[in-house]
Order: sequence, then structure tokens, then C-alpha cells
Amino acid sequence: MFCEKAMELIRELHRAPEGQLPAFNEDGLRQVLEEMKALYEQNQSDVNEAKSGGRSYLIPTIKFRHCSLLRNRRCTVAYLYDRLLRIRALRWEYGSVLPNALRFHMAAEEMEWFNNYKRSLATYMRSLGGDEGLDITQDMKPPKSLYIEVRCLKDYGEFEVDDGTSVLLKKNSQHFLPRWKCEQLIRQGVLEHILS
Amino acid sequence: MSEAYFRVESGALGPEENFLSLDDILMSHEKLPVRTETAMPRLGAFFLERSAGAETDNAVPQGLALLPRLECSGVIQLTAALTSAPVILPPQPPTWLGLQGSKLELPLWLAKGLFDNKRRILSVELPKIYQEGWRTVFSADPNVVDLHKMGPHFYGFGSQLLHFDSPENADISQSLLQTFIGRFRRIMDSSQNAYNEDTSALVARLDEMERGLFQIGQNGLNDFQCWEKGQASQITASNLVQNYKKRKFTDMED
Repeated sequence: MFCEKAMELIRELHRAPEGQLPAFNEDGLRQVLEEMKALYEQNQSDVNEAKSGGRSYLIPTIKFRHCSLLRNRRCTVAYLYDRLLRIRALRWEYGSVLPNALRFHMAAEEMEWFNNYKRSLATYMRSLGGDEGLDITQDMKPPKSLYIEVRCLKDYGEFEVDDGTSVLLKKNSQHFLPRWKCEQLIRQGVLEHILS
Repeated sequence: MSEAYFRVESGALGPEENFLSLDDILMSHEKLPVRTETAMPRLGAFFLERSAGAETDNAVPQGLALLPRLECSGVIQLTAALTSAPVILPPQPPTWLGLQGSKLELPLWLAKGLFDNKRRILSVELPKIYQEGWRTVFSADPNVVDLHKMGPHFYGFGSQLLHFDSPENADISQSLLQTFIGRFRRIMDSSQNAYNEDTSALVARLDEMERGLFQIGQNGLNDFQCWEKGQASQITASNLVQNYKKRKFTDMED
């Protein structure tokens, strides 16, 4: 049956638990494009035969292949688009710097799209709120206080606070830090927000 | 649930599927029984996939007269092969699919593409669960039916079936609606009261759309409980990040 490979791509994405990005299936995509090429060429030759010889019995077959081509196209476009949605979510959840492991899951073009998206977002954020801009990826939950208590979940190293003092982030150490500095690290899983 | 990932929703319950929706693509891959009205040449690869219920009419199909390189005995062999089950034919030369009047199972997307009002290529039959017999079962008690087994996309598939202009369309749509109304109460109840427990028993007999609803209900419940505990203002690493950390990356630098 045609379009099986394309369905495999879709199922692979569907299986990945909500929002995660699996590795880019370049091989699968190539196979789908090859199938589309073969279908298209078969259809071309059949269309020529039908037109020149007046053989209308080929028309259902041509329609059949055409449906398969449309289906393959739909699957590939949906696959690529859904991956872009997941990559976009990465910018909001992870921040601008992605861990290397994730970068290996992305194709070169997807990486480029991610960079462009980051740039657009940064330009937009700079244009808000007067001179300094407004970081809209901060404060995803309404803040209750300026400073928060955090505990370190893994070794991170030196971390510089606004007034110049630096803090050593070692595993299990607790600190009382300004909210806007640590939000990023909490979201990345380096720190843990403790409620008193 | 990842807060920033907004996937394309399914449109199957409405007039048209959403082109980019993964759910709709999976739904339209399900098969339904069709009857071919004309033969389709040169699609020999399909013979290997035919369902066991394939039959032909008794009259010699239109296309057979043009089959290349088949003498009389070959024709009889072919007909015999088509009426036996299971149908696993040896590799054939590119030959005819669906001699006129044969029954096949095709995916929904293909049936939709080949269908037209005058039924020149195919005519579509309703799958069993949308027919009279099962409709009465649903109207008797919708709650006992295992909709996941009946084709995991019962509502979506049924709604898209209405495109094929069957005379039973009105009854089918009524049946879909009433079944959902009958089952909804239980779904809502269970999703709002199962906190922090294993819900697999509750969702086992729900179809995909109902499972989505259940999940939304659970999300609402979890958010409310979180707010009640005062954790609503706690900044957390999103589920996405936590899931990435749990997976073991072979090439991760540290």
C-alpha cells in the first residue's frame, strides 16, 4: 500500500510523549520523496498514454496515484510543521541555548529556523516597554516576591548577582536570590524553587 | 503536558479534517469496506494487501479480456485465487486491481479521494459499527461499549463517513450524538475525581476523542489542586525539560 512510510513518520511523532522532539528522520523523509517521485513518473507516462491513445480506462489508476501523492504531501508537511511547533516550544521552555543532545535531533534547516525565531522574538521583546525592552519569557507565573529561596539541584559553578557578588552553585546548597536572575535556571532544572 | 507546545487540533468532528493535524491523519488512515465499480489497471502491488473477504461477480469482469499474457486456465486460476482466503498471491506482473465489482478495504483518505457523486470508481459501504445493528446497541446502553476496540476513532471516523452520502446519514449522525451524550457524564465524573491515581482502567474503553477530553479534565483537576496547595506561584521546570533530563542521551557532554 502506498504512503506507509509517510504514516510511519506521523506515528513516530505521535508516539513521542507530549511535546518532545524525536530525532529527525532524514531517511524516512527521503524514502517518502522517492515514492512520490516514482508515483509522479508513472502517472505522467499514463497520462500521456491516455491522452494520445484515447484510453480512458487508465483514469481511475491515475486518480488513485494522485490521491497517494496528495496524501504523501500531507503527511510530510504535517510532520515538518509539527516538528517546528515542538522546536518553538523549546525556545519558551528551555531558553535560547539548547543542550547539545537536543541539537542533534534537529536538521540543519530546523536549526536555522530556530535561530530566526529566536531573533524575531528578541527583536520583538526589545521593541516593547521603552528603552530596555521587556523579557516576556520571564514571569510565566505571577510573582509573589522580589527575592526567592532556591536550592541547587546540580553543580553549576559560579553565578554572578547584580551587585557583583558571585555565588557558588553547588549541589544541594540553598540561596536567597533575586527572582529575575534565577527564573531561567529554575526552568532549565538547575535550581529548584522552594516555597517557605 | 508541555505548556508551550500547541499542536494542531483535530477537525474531524466538523465538516473537514484539519490538513496539518496528526490526529486527523491517523484517523483517516483507518479502513472501510468499499466496492469497486470499475477496474483499476497497473496497480498490481495491491493484490498482496487484499482483505480475506474479497469476492467477484459471477459475470466475467470487463477488464479481464484485456489482461496480457493470460490464457484461459490463467483466468480461472485468477478467479479462484480471488475467492479463496487468505489471499496471498505470488508476485504478479503489474496487473489489475479491483476487477469490477470486487470488495476491498481501503483507507478513508483513499476512499474520499476516489469517491464522487456518480460513483464511477467506487461505492462505499458502511462499516459494521455504524450500521443498524450496532446503532441499536448504542441506543440501548452506550456506557458498556468498548469504543477503543471498535476503531479508536469512533466519532471522528463516523463524522467523516457522512461525506459519502449514504441514505442512513441522518441515523448515523443521531447515533453518534446520542452515544456521546450517554457516555459523557461518566467521562466527566471520572476525570474530575481521579486524582493522583492510575487511570488506565478508566480510559481503557474510551475512544481517542474521549481520551482527549479525559486528559483535559485531568489537567484542570491537577491545576486546581496545585493552586489549592499554594503551589501555583512556584516556578517549576516544565514537564518538557524534566522529560528530556530523564532520557539518557548517549552523546551528551557534561
